[in-house]
Amino acid sequence: MRVVIAEDLALLRDGLIRLLSAYEFEVVEAVDNGPSLKRALVEHRPDVAVVDVRLPPTFTDEGLRAALDARREIPGLPVLVLSQHVEQLYSRELLSDSSGGIGYLLKDRVSDVKQFVEAVRRVADGGTALDPDVVSQLLTRRSREEPLKALTPREREVLELMAEGRSNAAIAAKMFVTEKAVTKHTANIFAKLGLPVSEDDNRRVLAVLAYLHA
Amino acid sequence: MNGEAHDHARESGLAVARSLLQALLAQVANLPLAILLLVSLAFVPLGVGLALLPPVLFALRGLANQQRRWAAEWSGVEIVVPYRPRPEGASGIGVVKWLLRDPATWRDILWTAVNAVTGLVLAGLPAALVVYGLEGVLVAPWMPKVHTFGWGPFWPLSDYGLAGSAGSALLGSLMLLVGWQLGPSIMRAYAIVNRSMLGPTRGRLEERVRKLTETRTETVDASAAELRRIERDLHDGAQARIVAVSMTIGLAEQLVKDDPEAAARLMAEARQASGTALTELRDLVRGIHPPVLAERGLEGGVRALALTLPLPVDVAVDVPGRAAAPVESAAYFAVAEMLANAAKHAEAARAWVDVRHNGSALVMIVGDDGRGGADPTAGSGMRGIERRLAAFDGTLAVTSPEGGPTVVTMELPCALSSPKT
Repeated sequence: MRVVIAEDLALLRDGLIRLLSAYEFEVVEAVDNGPSLKRALVEHRPDVAVVDVRLPPTFTDEGLRAALDARREIPGLPVLVLSQHVEQLYSRELLSDSSGGIGYLLKDRVSDVKQFVEAVRRVADGGTALDPDVVSQLLTRRSREEPLKALTPREREVLELMAEGRSNAAIAAKMFVTEKAVTKHTANIFAKLGLPVSEDDNRRVLAVLAYLHA
Repeated sequence: MNGEAHDHARESGLAVARSLLQALLAQVANLPLAILLLVSLAFVPLGVGLALLPPVLFALRGLANQQRRWAAEWSGVEIVVPYRPRPEGASGIGVVKWLLRDPATWRDILWTAVNAVTGLVLAGLPAALVVYGLEGVLVAPWMPKVHTFGWGPFWPLSDYGLAGSAGSALLGSLMLLVGWQLGPSIMRAYAIVNRSMLGPTRGRLEERVRKLTETRTETVDASAAELRRIERDLHDGAQARIVAVSMTIGLAEQLVKDDPEAAARLMAEARQASGTALTELRDLVRGIHPPVLAERGLEGGVRALALTLPLPVDVAVDVPGRAAAPVESAAYFAVAEMLANAAKHAEAARAWVDVRHNGSALVMIVGDDGRGGADPTAGSGMRGIERRLAAFDGTLAVTSPEGGPTVVTMELPCALSSPKT
C-alpha cells in the first residue's frame, strides 16, 4: 500500500516512516509543509495519506486544509488526520462529504501500534477511524436527548465502537461476544435512532456519524 | 486663485455670522442658566434644589457639548468631552451625586458664568467690528444732515464737518476690514479660551492613571497566579508521570533478557502512563491557549467550543479580520466562561452567542433561556473575566432577572487586522 506522510517534526516523521514501513506500507513521499503535501497528494495519488493538522508555513490548520483540498480534486482520497488535539469542528468538516476514507485520531494513538496500523488500513479501504475522544464528546453532547437516552448501556457501548469506525467483527472481538449478538444490538440501535439498516459496514458507520454530528 | 479668495470670503462671512450667534447665545442661554444654577444650588438645603439640579445641569451639558462640537467644526479646536460615565442604574439622588462629584460639572458652571462675558466681548468682537464699521461708512456721514445734536457713532455730532464725515468713513472701513479679516482668528481664540474650561482636567488624567495602575496590578497578579498554577500542574502532573515512565522503561530494560514477559507488561504500563501524561498536557494547553483558537481564530474557536457543550448553542460571528492574539484569547475565555455558566448553573435548554465588531470594539453577547438570577459579584468566574477584560478597557454587563433569561454583554475595545487570504 502506497502512503504519503505529512509531519513537520522530524522525529515524528521518521517514526511514522519506520512504523508504516515495518508493516509493509510503501512510503512514497514524506513532506513537512502544506503546499508540498497538496502537490504530493495530487502527484502520487497514494492509497492513503497520513497528515498532521498543523503544518508550516502558517502553523495553523494547513494540513487539514491541504487534505480537504486534495479530496475535492481526487474524490474519496483516503486521508488519516493526526493531531495533538481533537475537535468536533474538524471531524465535522472531514466527514462532511460523507464519502468515507477518513480518519481523525489523536497523535497519542500511534503508540498503540497494532490498532494504529489497523486504522490506517481501514481508512485506505474506504472506512472510517474516529478518535474515541471525539466519539465520547459527540455522545456526551447528545446524551440528554431522547433517542440516545433510550439506549441500553450495552447498546451505547456498541454505538461508541461503531462510531469509531469498527466493523461488526471487530466490535464482537473487542466486547468478547459473538458477531451475531453485535448484529442484534446494531439492529436495535438503528431502530431506536430511526436509521435505515445497511449490510455494508462503512455505510453504516457513516450513517451513525452523520446522525451524531447533526 | 479665484476659488481661494472665494473660500476666504466665505470663512470671514461665516465667522461674522457665528460671532453674532455666540454673542446672542451667551446672553439668552448662558446667563439664564447661570442664574438658574445659582438658584438651584441655593435651594439644595431645602430639597427643592435636588430635583431642580439634574435638568439644569443636563441642559448645561447640552450647551457645553454644543460648544465643544462648534469649536471642532468651526475652528478645528478639539475639546474632549470630560464627563465621567453615568454609573449603572443610577437614579434620583444617585444622579445628583454623580453629577456633583464630577469636577467637569463645576468647570461647566464656571464656564457658563464666564461665557456670559467672553461670549459677548470676545466671540462678539468680529460682529461688533463689522456692524460698527458699516455704521461708520454708511450711516455716520449722513448724520449731520438729520440731527444737529447728540452723539454720532464716533464723536460728537457738533464736531462734524466734511473732515468729520470723511474721518468717520475712513475709521469705519478700517474697523470693517479688521473685523472681516481677523474674524476667523478671533473665533479660534474664543474656542481656545473655551477649551481651557470645557476640556478634561489634570484630575481626569490622574484618574485614568489610577485606573490603569489598578488594572495593571490585577493583570500582573492574575498572570503570576496563572503561571504558578501551570508550574504546579506540570510539576505534579505530566513531569512526575514522565519520570515514572522512564523508571518503568529502565526496569523493563533490566528484565528484558531474564523475564521477557514481565518486561512486556512493564512496557505496556509505561505506554499507558505516557498516554495519561499526554492527556494532562493537552488539557493544560487548552487552558493556556486553545489550539483551535490559534488555528481558526475567534470564529472557529467559538464554534468549536459551542460543539463541546451539552446544550444546543446558536453561534453568530461577524468579525471581519483578526484581533491581536491576547485580545482574541481574552474574548474566547470570556465567552467560554459564560457558556459554561449557562450549561452548569442556569439549567438552560438553549444558549446563544453573538460576536461582532462594531468598528472600535468586539461586542460579545451570550444569552441563555435558563432560570436567571445570576449574580456577577458572587461567582469568582465572572469576576475573573471582568478583570481580564478590564486589562483591555473592556466591560461586562449582566442582566439576569429571577426566572431568566440571562444575557451577558461584553465589550472589548480593539482594532482588527485585515482578514488573511
